[in-house]
Amino acid sequence: MRKLLAFLAGVIFGIGLLSAGMANPAKVLGFLDLAGAWDPSLALVMAAAIGVAFLPFSWARWQRSSLLGAPMQLPVKRELDRRLIGGSLLFGIGWGIAGICPGPAVAILLTGRWQVLLFVAAMLVGMVVFAALERQRG
Amino acid sequence: MSIDWYNFTPWSALAGGALIGLAASLFVVINGRVAGISGLLGSLLERGEGRGEKALFLLGVLLAPLLWQLFSSLPEIQIDNGWLALTVAGLLVGIGTRYGAGCTSGHGVCGLSRLSPRSLAATLTFMAAGFATVFVLRHLLGG
Repeated sequence: MRKLLAFLAGVIFGIGLLSAGMANPAKVLGFLDLAGAWDPSLALVMAAAIGVAFLPFSWARWQRSSLLGAPMQLPVKRELDRRLIGGSLLFGIGWGIAGICPGPAVAILLTGRWQVLLFVAAMLVGMVVFAALERQRG
Repeated sequence: MSIDWYNFTPWSALAGGALIGLAASLFVVINGRVAGISGLLGSLLERGEGRGEKALFLLGVLLAPLLWQLFSSLPEIQIDNGWLALTVAGLLVGIGTRYGAGCTSGHGVCGLSRLSPRSLAATLTFMAAGFATVFVLRHLLGG
């Protein structure tokens, strides 16, 4: 049951990205272009998503397990470190170049565009590089 | 700054955002997990625990456009970058989201919804970097 619902949540997530316009890189870049003709749509996407998710997450913070008995696995780290800020900086630069972040990349991967296949391949290489560097660090 | 009223789509943005919020809510309430796409991808690559439900969530996102197409045609997807820019961008997004422990979904939606200070810092950082990058590429370099 949990597996089926996880799949269903993923489908809803993907449909949400597609209907919100988040899956159109040109529109994302229009949102990031404050100095040009600015398209504020994506600010509303985020506001609506947080508006809906706020109460469920507030509930989840105080639970040890989910409604269907899965352990509640929310991040516990609190401190702001160089990795968090440096990583987010690199991510933001990449996002600003192509207008594609990981969710939309997955959501448009199967729409038959070589650009998305290339982007996702490079993104996965980046993630593998990170994992290799982490292993080296021990 | 001028608002691009022609491309501004408030209702579909709000509706799509609400669906994203609903999906993230389901995943945490039912599966006890944060719907952060970069984190889910990373843990699949690194063979972390509990991969079944994570993989199924990702599979749902992956198949969403195919299910969409059963009912209507896909919305516009426009990509203007060449191969070099896409490769550089993909590498930066892959490495950056793993070091930064999250992306637009994990930090921006789930993290802000649970009032995490780390996610707020990360979201402000990648937003600022995104704004700055587009400014440099479009208005300073004119490309």
